[in-house]
Amino acid sequence: MADIHQFFQQLINGVALGGVYALIALGYTMVYGIIELINFAHGDVYTLGSFFSLSILGLIPLSHIASGPALGLIALVVILAAALLCGIVGVLVERLAYRRLRNAPRLAPLITAIGVSLILENIMQLWKGNSEVPFPQFLPDRWHIVGGVKFDDRAVLVVAVSVAFMIALNLFVFRTRLGKAMRATAQDRDAAQLMGININSTIAWTFFIGSALAGVAGFISGMYYGTTFFLNGYQAGLKAFTAAVLGGIGNITGAMLGGFLIGIVEAMTSQYISDQWTSVVVFSILILILVFRPSGLLGEQVPEKV
Amino acid sequence: MLGGALRRRVRWLPFGLSDAPLSRLLVGVAVVIVLAMIPMLDRNSSHISAFADTGYVMILAFGLNIIVGYTGLLALGFAAFFAIGSYTYAFLASPQYGVHLSFWPMLLVSAAVAAIFGLLLGAPTLRLRGDYLAIVTLGFGEIVPQVFQNLDKYTGGPDGIAGIDQPRLFGYAFGFNPTPYYYLYFVIIVICLVLLNNLRNSRVGRTWMAIREDELAAEHMGINTTSAKLLAFSLGSAFAGVAGVIYAAKLSTVSPSGFDFNTSVMILAAIVLGGMGNLIGVLFGSAIIGLLNFFVLPQSSNWAHSLGTALHMDFLQGVDLNAYRFMIYGIILVLVMLFRPEGLVPSAARRAELHAEQEAGAGIALQEQAEFGADIP
Repeated sequence: MADIHQFFQQLINGVALGGVYALIALGYTMVYGIIELINFAHGDVYTLGSFFSLSILGLIPLSHIASGPALGLIALVVILAAALLCGIVGVLVERLAYRRLRNAPRLAPLITAIGVSLILENIMQLWKGNSEVPFPQFLPDRWHIVGGVKFDDRAVLVVAVSVAFMIALNLFVFRTRLGKAMRATAQDRDAAQLMGININSTIAWTFFIGSALAGVAGFISGMYYGTTFFLNGYQAGLKAFTAAVLGGIGNITGAMLGGFLIGIVEAMTSQYISDQWTSVVVFSILILILVFRPSGLLGEQVPEKV
Repeated sequence: MLGGALRRRVRWLPFGLSDAPLSRLLVGVAVVIVLAMIPMLDRNSSHISAFADTGYVMILAFGLNIIVGYTGLLALGFAAFFAIGSYTYAFLASPQYGVHLSFWPMLLVSAAVAAIFGLLLGAPTLRLRGDYLAIVTLGFGEIVPQVFQNLDKYTGGPDGIAGIDQPRLFGYAFGFNPTPYYYLYFVIIVICLVLLNNLRNSRVGRTWMAIREDELAAEHMGINTTSAKLLAFSLGSAFAGVAGVIYAAKLSTVSPSGFDFNTSVMILAAIVLGGMGNLIGVLFGSAIIGLLNFFVLPQSSNWAHSLGTALHMDFLQGVDLNAYRFMIYGIILVLVMLFRPEGLVPSAARRAELHAEQEAGAGIALQEQAEFGADIP
């Protein structure tokens, strides 16, 4: 029985981790879907989200607030503020570093994106230093035991918040005018422009939403792990990109599915193989998918544009 | 007359020096002599060591330039092949397994091993689209150092392998003295330059550039793009293998942390800055990045500290410019791509390619002016 419990324990860990990857993967997949750019700096925007959350939490006298609902409200405010700030960073990055290169050879913006990633990482290193930074655990933490499997409120929070934002994103993309404009721009930029869609602002909004979701991921991973680190976004970003590719890049549902799958794979690898092999396993999956099924699980086969 | 006869015998000189006027040839010879004399002019061994380390940046940049600059394939995890070259030498010339093969043949063996890994990675992945290929190579670049770190029974784990043999030449032991390594890099870089220059103008080199300009068109011209890309990939990796051997021998130790993404980015920044696809550009770019990395940043921190002591300004003593290293690489990548994508010293073809739109636009404007008989200033 203990084995089964271990399995479910890791499944919960994996789903929580997967929620974080899924939120980051959404930003990759939306940006790739609309301008075919692997936004290399996206993982660092996620770390920036946890750094912004830390700074905002530092302004609030948490020890004087005892009641549960008030703390929940604070969490909500911090999430939204981190999302807003990250969204602004995303828009600025697009405006300053990518827009000029929209019609350049495809590798040019990718190299710029690597540059932006390095700049953001260095800024965060100078900002909070070269070591792990503790993240305040201000929400009351209760443990639940269901059928012998232990999990705490933090896991519930991570899954609830990530699922809530995914549902909101789905509604936004498929039910609003701006969402429709995004889908149209992703399908055919020139035709969308002829239909009167403002391409620049649509792309800017895509970056805003993708980066804001990364900001949310930054907050909830800080809550879940209790620490953050300026280089976290590099590996997490690469794993989230793997998730986006696994689900089928450009496909929003695929990114969510891929995120949860990668989270579960990572948790299971650390349980049944070894902690130190998780990156190797995830990146091997990345290579295998790109080689054998580059369209991913839910993506469509896209012929190379000539 | 003598100059002409001499140069007809040395058609293989790089940078078109075979056809250059005598004055340019003399400038080239003068540069080589000055560079060769540096260890005699500057006897500070930490300086010479920094200049020598710039050598491995150059060799890596030559290799990456074949892949990214000539063939147009973006490979991001290039340090993986550097790691494979270093570890190959470390396995076969250290107390780790008690094997002590000689340094000189190992240059070729490691090059071959790195090339084989290049083939193994390239064969299934080179048909991928450009940005997917970039990510696959990046993933490979993450996996390789991780594997070296995790297989601690065989590789020494995070500490790596120490006590690696250092080269001997005719009874002279290199040891930890940086000067012989400086000359070793010097000779190998000159050989690389001659080789690469000939390669670029050969059938193979022109094939690579045809693929870079337009893969589909190249394929329709009857070029076997798969084998040409594989050749570029494995040959570029072989350069990394050679660099890895000298790097491991000079330090006498290897560990996984020396081969992370940062090393790959440093090399990418070098070729982007100098000008992808142009040998002189790559040479300049890697010299700038190498000197910045090993000489200017460490030294300028020291200068700031001594200035702080002299002027009694405490904040200067806390300056550590090394902390800004990756900001500098990042800014280089962004600014060069935005404002001068062809690099500081571009090749003519590359510049034309990157500014095709503007020039086509200018051409049309001129044509219109001519058609409508407008005054051309």
